[in-house]
Amino acid sequence: MSKQARTPEEEADPESEVDPGAAAEFTPATTGSESVIHALENAGVEAAFGVQGGAIMPVYDALYHSDIRHVTMAHEQGAAHAADAFGVVRNEPGVCLATSGPGATNLVTGIADANMDSDGMLALTGQVPSDMVGSDAFQETDTTGVTAPLTKHNYFADDPDSVGDTVGEALALAGEGRPGPTLVDLPKDITLGETDTEPGPAEPPETTRPQYVADEANVEVAADVIESADRPLLLFGGGVIKADATDEARSFARELGIPVVTTMPGIGSFPEDDDLCLSWAGMHGTGYANMAITHTDLLIAVGTRFDDRLTGGVDTFAPEAEVIHVDIDPAEISKNVYADYPLIGDAGTVLDQLDGAIDEAPDADEWREQCGTWKDEYPMDYATPDDEPLKPQFVVEVLDEATADDTIVTTGVGQHQMWASQYWTYTEPRTWVSSHGLGTMGYGLPAAIGARIAADDDQEVVCIDGDGSFLMTIQSLSVAVREELDITVAVLNNEYIGMVRQWQDAFFEGRRMAAEYNWCPEFDMLAEAFGARGWRVDDYDEVTDTVAEALAYDGPSVIDFHIDPAENVYPMVPSGGANGKFALTEDQL
Amino acid sequence: MSSEDTGSDAGRDGRERPPKHGLAGPEPDERPHPKGRRNAQGIRIDPEVEAQHEPRRAVFSALVEDEPGVLSRIAGLISRRQFNIESLTVGPTTVEGHSRITMVVEETEPDIDQIGKQLGKLKPVITVGELDADAVRTELVLLKVEGSEPDKVHAITDMYDGQTLDAGAETITVQLTGDEQEIDDAIDAFRQFGIIEIARTGYTALARGNQATAPGEKPGTADEPTRPTNTQ
Repeated sequence: MSKQARTPEEEADPESEVDPGAAAEFTPATTGSESVIHALENAGVEAAFGVQGGAIMPVYDALYHSDIRHVTMAHEQGAAHAADAFGVVRNEPGVCLATSGPGATNLVTGIADANMDSDGMLALTGQVPSDMVGSDAFQETDTTGVTAPLTKHNYFADDPDSVGDTVGEALALAGEGRPGPTLVDLPKDITLGETDTEPGPAEPPETTRPQYVADEANVEVAADVIESADRPLLLFGGGVIKADATDEARSFARELGIPVVTTMPGIGSFPEDDDLCLSWAGMHGTGYANMAITHTDLLIAVGTRFDDRLTGGVDTFAPEAEVIHVDIDPAEISKNVYADYPLIGDAGTVLDQLDGAIDEAPDADEWREQCGTWKDEYPMDYATPDDEPLKPQFVVEVLDEATADDTIVTTGVGQHQMWASQYWTYTEPRTWVSSHGLGTMGYGLPAAIGARIAADDDQEVVCIDGDGSFLMTIQSLSVAVREELDITVAVLNNEYIGMVRQWQDAFFEGRRMAAEYNWCPEFDMLAEAFGARGWRVDDYDEVTDTVAEALAYDGPSVIDFHIDPAENVYPMVPSGGANGKFALTEDQL
Repeated sequence: MSSEDTGSDAGRDGRERPPKHGLAGPEPDERPHPKGRRNAQGIRIDPEVEAQHEPRRAVFSALVEDEPGVLSRIAGLISRRQFNIESLTVGPTTVEGHSRITMVVEETEPDIDQIGKQLGKLKPVITVGELDADAVRTELVLLKVEGSEPDKVHAITDMYDGQTLDAGAETITVQLTGDEQEIDDAIDAFRQFGIIEIARTGYTALARGNQATAPGEKPGTADEPTRPTNTQ
């Protein structure tokens, strides 16, 4: 949605959204629910993820006659993550549904996750009838109250005649400018209520229109600063991908010869196999990315909010750099890191503006050479002794080699997520689908379901999960089986909640309280019980063949890789530490 | 683990490999690190220009859509981002469906900047901005004091241009308006009678003269903006 919303003028033509083919069999809405579904259809929504329940039943009943593909999930948290991932892959808001009370509260983790990662998403929740609201009725929760801090905006529908427009507005708002989740709470009397009003064209509210074009005078100043920089560094965040600006970003960096670092959500904005690319920076980012951040004299940050996992201690973050900050959200300017040159606008538009204003590329030969030296000095490498258990990094590399460049990787949160981001070489946007800001364990499997449904049929979807994360949302496997979804789950199983174990060893004198998961089920057998295919792999020799077999299987498959439980994630910038002082081994922490 | 027992190890492909657990490369202390620093606000420390960020008081005026929950959205935003709010008043404006919120906060300069920007992101907020120092601002207080010395109470009330709203045998309730300092002075003056209860409204304010109170407003007309003008 945001990719179409480059300028306000371009989005003024709502007619183009309407599918002419639908006109023939069009039946006007007679209830609030039908109006809700028509609003989704008008906006081109193709899929929705949800779980049935009392108060949302009227909406589901209206879905009965709709072409929207509804994926019945096993848990509402999974519905939210699947919708989130669908939205990430399609670059448009995903849609999830849940009933009132526990249905809505189960969505909350997924909504919070979408909010932290600026993922567009619309949540529709059932609610008890209006006249019972406030009476502590069965399955009543103050859903708008609970989700207000986690959404761009939420709505409490109060009229069958306008509920369709409300849903359309919420969907449009979710994708506009900096995307994020929105929610419409739907009391049962409103969705059951009669109406003869069709929803109009979906438009975001008047009060939230973002600025797309940066102030030209500010662009000129920033362009001069770039021309005269000695050690310029581009930092591409998730905003580059959400703004659909990877083409602009790539040509900008290459034309000017400026090295590129990404954030974790920015993975895929710039090809990691490009000479200019230093991969991603931050707590477990590459040594060379963190060295570049530490020594740059001009950081050109695009679509990033300078999360603490990126910056480490702010006092030592890019300590020598002036900062050009391009962002569509003015509130991100100077929130965490002061922007010497703020440019408020859409990432692609502003990069084009800058490109037009720069006459001469900065003289950065020495700097590029220095960045290359750091790549040699701090290689991302690992030992694979035969007498030790399987290394997770090896598994990730085998998976990467066995799959095409456009393969989508989803993950949970923890050590496996870091290995999946470090040892897979990402070259395309929207192929890295993970939980960054909220750090939601259990994101990976439901996200793989959403990504699978969003992706092209010939695209592979691989979920790299941890044993702890996998267990948190494992019920989603039943959905993948029922929907016959071709996804491959690679569990990097160390029978620990591994990142916690790593921190306990480093910072809590090895007291592994509540971190051992040696009661894990046999995931290969569990997968078979669900109706998926399952394998267990302990040895190096089995990795490549098993991966090939699992990828070839047309349906959900799970490989339980029993990996070295002692393996840790490095490099590591300790929390609040200096990026340039990343540790390479535990004794450096 | 020590660096001795994590020495390089030949890998399966015969390549030289890093330590069994960890990565190869110069240790943290062997790397060059710039001397530069940023302060807590993420501003590079430059002794020449670094500004001290002492908290100051700021008055914000916001035009908002008068919809259910708007006050809770604003209060929730302020509390979850840990901004320090001193007072908040709300009331209708010349346009039906709009309310004006006047808010006094005490924060550092970067946080005052954040408050305005974060409020501006809320969907019901039409426009918001900080008022200039010369804005017209006033506060109302109701004071209930003991009624044993009515003549003296009335004299002090007159002195502060107040009004007596209720006078009984036991208590006298007066109303006073003014800026914060005047109200504080008046409260001090009334202490001698024994103050029973106080209710203060906090500031409400308008920009002086022809200036707009909130960005995009058109002073002298009954019109109010329905959407903000883009500002950078």
